[in-house]
Amino acid sequence: MTNSKVGPGRAGAARRADRWRRLTGLALVAPALLVVALFFVLPLGLSAIGAFRAADGRFTLAHFEKSLDLYTNDLVFTVAIVAASTVLIALVAIAIAGYLTLGENRRAVAVLRWLYRWPLFIPFVVAGQVMRTFLAKNGLLNHVLIGTGLLDPLAAQSVLDWRGIVIAFVWKQAPFVTLLLAGAMASLDRTHVEAARNLGAPRWRVLGGIVLPQVRGTLLVGLVLSFVTMLSVLSVPLMINPNSPTMVTVDVAYRINTHGDYAVANALCLICLLFAAVGAAFYLRHAVAKAEPAA
Amino acid sequence: MTSVALARPSGLPAAMVRAVLLALFAFAIFGPLLNLVLWAFAEKWYFPSKLPLEYGLAFWRRVFAPRGNALGSLGTSVWIALLTVALSLAVAVPAGYALARLRLPWRGLILLAFLLPQAVPNLPVYVNIARVFYQIGLAGTVTGVVLVHASHGLVLAVWIASAAFAAVDDSLEEAARNLGASAWACFRTVTLPLAGPGLMASAIFVFLESLDEFTGTFFVGVPDITTLPLLMFNASMGGNYQIASITALLLLLPSIGFMLVVERFLKADVLAMVGR
Repeated sequence: MTNSKVGPGRAGAARRADRWRRLTGLALVAPALLVVALFFVLPLGLSAIGAFRAADGRFTLAHFEKSLDLYTNDLVFTVAIVAASTVLIALVAIAIAGYLTLGENRRAVAVLRWLYRWPLFIPFVVAGQVMRTFLAKNGLLNHVLIGTGLLDPLAAQSVLDWRGIVIAFVWKQAPFVTLLLAGAMASLDRTHVEAARNLGAPRWRVLGGIVLPQVRGTLLVGLVLSFVTMLSVLSVPLMINPNSPTMVTVDVAYRINTHGDYAVANALCLICLLFAAVGAAFYLRHAVAKAEPAA
Repeated sequence: MTSVALARPSGLPAAMVRAVLLALFAFAIFGPLLNLVLWAFAEKWYFPSKLPLEYGLAFWRRVFAPRGNALGSLGTSVWIALLTVALSLAVAVPAGYALARLRLPWRGLILLAFLLPQAVPNLPVYVNIARVFYQIGLAGTVTGVVLVHASHGLVLAVWIASAAFAAVDDSLEEAARNLGASAWACFRTVTLPLAGPGLMASAIFVFLESLDEFTGTFFVGVPDITTLPLLMFNASMGGNYQIASITALLLLLPSIGFMLVVERFLKADVLAMVGR
């Protein structure tokens, strides 16, 4: 609009300055993009190629057939574990964040706020070790259950199977989603909540009917990030339950370390990517949709 | 009256329910950690005894012995993490500034590229990069591990740095420019100090992520690079729970320390800008 009013020389100078600014921006972003391209996108592409390449370089689906032959059980098991963990994480996060937002006992809210975050930055490999001791037959969980009379000493058993993996995942990831969710809930406009409370709505209805619908996006982002992260965790299944049926990540490590079989490993990885793509599609759409208006 | 009492359970029973629930939750959080601490100080412990039969520091002396490999692993871990922070911030600070302050062509696409490493399972990447590194001689080297850690860590750093720069009030920059400061002087004396806490937070995030990273090091670092997480894993799989638990405690300290202070670095105004 303004360009039409100024002379051609000034417009050209403005255009040049604008192009210069854009180039500066690109130059500043380029090194970071280069690192991501070389050490993330390129190996990802190699994985996709390797999964479809026969030894003589021709296109083949044999690696996928072999993967499904050997590991269908583990693939199903992986999706089931990660899906169950995601659902449990959602329930725990909603319950804690909901109480932090709507709880009326100040001391209980403060205690809960202090408590829930402890596992937040604990790495998966340490969470694996922690649960390996806690859930073992001789672990603290069994001793407390026996001590309080809830469990017969003879019935004590190790929980180090698929349940152990789910427990480790929820213990580690629920605080992360809770942190995001509680942050989003805290920044909501309180007037609707207070209006509903004043009209006598119980807290769980305020949570489900007013608070949750407004923070759905944040919850989704947190859950999808957790889902994708858990799909490629190797340490937790290795430490808690490395025997079949187990998670595909363990099989990938086994194919490579024992057989040097990159083809089947890549095919398994690609199937996992497919699982993640379903979730990531949601996530990227949401994240980019949020990023655009600020541009 | 009764309906009010039903809608708002109050008084003694509600307080008791609340206390019991909080106690259960505290056990869920601290029980596993407590078990780890017990193992770290147990000299002898086997089924069915509920608590360790003997406590002691013998395993601690072994871990911290000058010839023990824990100190070496700790040194390797910290060195790799420091290099990762240096590399990540060197490329992430300019990128974060450009994303927050400059008009970029293909901005959506660039943001997408920086979301990718967080939104895609990392296993195929580690597996294939290990193979490439093996062919060009980077497998089993500190450089190789740092490159893998940085390609993941810089994404977090770009996000947080961009949020930190976006949270700086640009009228302050305009004032500095109007008073005659050059673009570089303005960035150095106004923008950078104001974004400082956010950048510090991103440095700590990258440091911790590198310190704790397992899968990438597992594939790329073998057999010569043993970081603390790998040492812990090997000890645990070898059945040495004491060494594994002591190493795990060493890894827990920075994580928990950061959890306790994170809000001092990441203010709400910066957090609100993440992903914008």
